Amino acid sequence: MSVDIATVKRVAHLARIAVSDEDAHRMTGELNAILGFVEQLGEVNVEGVEPMTSVIPMEMKKRQDVVSDGDKAGDIVANAPATEENFFLVPKVVE
Amino acid sequence: MTELTKLTIADARAKLRAKEITAVELTDAYLGAIDAANETINAYIRVTHDKARAMAKDSDERLAKAQGGALEGIPLGIKDLFGTEGVHTQACSHVLDGFEPRYESTVTANLWADGAVMLGKLNMDEFAMGSSNETSYYGPVKNPWRAKGSNLDLVPGGSSGGSAAAVSAFLCAGATATDTGGSIRQPAAFTGTVGIKPTYGRCSRWGIVAFASSLDQAGPITRDVRDAAVMLKSMASVDPKDTTSVDRPVPDYEAALGQSVKGMRIGIPREYRVDGMPPEIEALWQKGIAWLKDAGAEIVDISLPHTKYALPAYYIVAPAEASSNLARYDGVRYGLRVPGKDIVEMYEKTRAEGFGREVKRRIMIGTYVLSAGYYDAYYVQAQKVRTLIKKDFEDVFHEGVDAILTPATPSAAFGIADQDMAADPVKMYLNDIFTVTVNMAGLPGIAVPAGLDEKGLPLGLQLIGRPFDEETLFRTAHVIEKAAGRFEAGKWW
Repeated sequence: MSVDIATVKRVAHLARIAVSDEDAHRMTGELNAILGFVEQLGEVNVEGVEPMTSVIPMEMKKRQDVVSDGDKAGDIVANAPATEENFFLVPKVVE
Repeated sequence: MTELTKLTIADARAKLRAKEITAVELTDAYLGAIDAANETINAYIRVTHDKARAMAKDSDERLAKAQGGALEGIPLGIKDLFGTEGVHTQACSHVLDGFEPRYESTVTANLWADGAVMLGKLNMDEFAMGSSNETSYYGPVKNPWRAKGSNLDLVPGGSSGGSAAAVSAFLCAGATATDTGGSIRQPAAFTGTVGIKPTYGRCSRWGIVAFASSLDQAGPITRDVRDAAVMLKSMASVDPKDTTSVDRPVPDYEAALGQSVKGMRIGIPREYRVDGMPPEIEALWQKGIAWLKDAGAEIVDISLPHTKYALPAYYIVAPAEASSNLARYDGVRYGLRVPGKDIVEMYEKTRAEGFGREVKRRIMIGTYVLSAGYYDAYYVQAQKVRTLIKKDFEDVFHEGVDAILTPATPSAAFGIADQDMAADPVKMYLNDIFTVTVNMAGLPGIAVPAGLDEKGLPLGLQLIGRPFDEETLFRTAHVIEKAAGRFEAGKWW
């Protein structure tokens, strides 16, 4: 399988990365080189093989459903580019 | 003072406990070495002079009362991927500009609890995506090693290139690193240092910037095998904050050193003899086989039939996980924000400016293979192949193989801005051909220096072990180290 420029632009939008026509053109070649490389996986017989979900067999850890942390809104917003009264500020989303 | 920086962790530990040296003296010696060399080597992207001296002073107080921890007063460098409270943590990316976490990663917290001293944050490939440290926003790191009679600057490998270069150039006693496809072992091999990626689940991933969560593991890069054992003991823990942290006590790895490998079965996988492999790598491998045989180990030929599919499967699984993990960098909660006319444009511009080329490439691949219509053909297929890769290893371990010996890398260090590598991303990816299988199967792997090539550059061998059998790796690597000797770069910087 290979991608064309239109597909690259669509994927870039899905990934929320702005691309110029020049970027999209360059990326098309690069992505096709990588997709060409991974193509060989198709030749592996995987009949009856389960896809891996956990590399080390272990039971899912669970914890008590209790409040164990919190009350640190100041810490959470400390690194944000724009805040007001412990809220993250973003451009208007709903008109 | 330069002599102090030549001490291994184990030697420095003994001298500190015997009060022959102080932690402040040792830390000052390293800070001096960093200040003199870093402009050239570029291993550190932030040096924490004041914090280091304050930590060393505290260490001296504890040492005076004979209350020192396992790493009391030992100065370490920390890869920029580890969250360090109040200190630059950016995974060497522009997108995390100015980020200083309000928390400490579990691995670094363990090190400080054992008395270690932080010298600063180390350079790396952006978000640990790279094999040469050239994708860093902070510029490439220079390998302290150069070919005989050459002034050409070489890469230290990656992604933990700053860690490997700092250890090799005596700019820290040891360094933390992480390994998703070879990012500890390949730079260790390129710089004549020791690097171990432990079993998945041995070190907590909590507080480490995530790249590919099912593959990422932290481990140390050090000057010798003993130091790696000492450091891993402190880094590893059982952590309720990481659901993939495995509930097993951490053994005393250092106790495994010096134990005999007599009667041990060492597997030699025929699939690792790849086309175009330089004869020097083959010769090094044969030397490693001979050393272990001489030490009484039994050498057995083995087959890991799905080896060639590990790298292509990795280049689906790792970018898929990365595209998901890196979705959080959107200009809202931390780091860079580039304004746009609406929120979507703000996201797109922030990510376009904040991420470098390699990171964008991997996010794009990951987004594509997870997108509707391609998920089964790529992602599910790759995860099935991963099951087969893991089964290859389980089969040989089941047949009684104790550890597997392979080359660590298909070549020695290459030049900074190598034209062939720059022209073809797949060529760069092939650096990880011998290491990536280990991450896909979650196994422990250690790279240990084994010799120099004809240009005088270091080459490493890799040992792969059963899950949670790091002790066998330390034991066996120690035998190789004793036979091969240690290698030091001639100082030119």
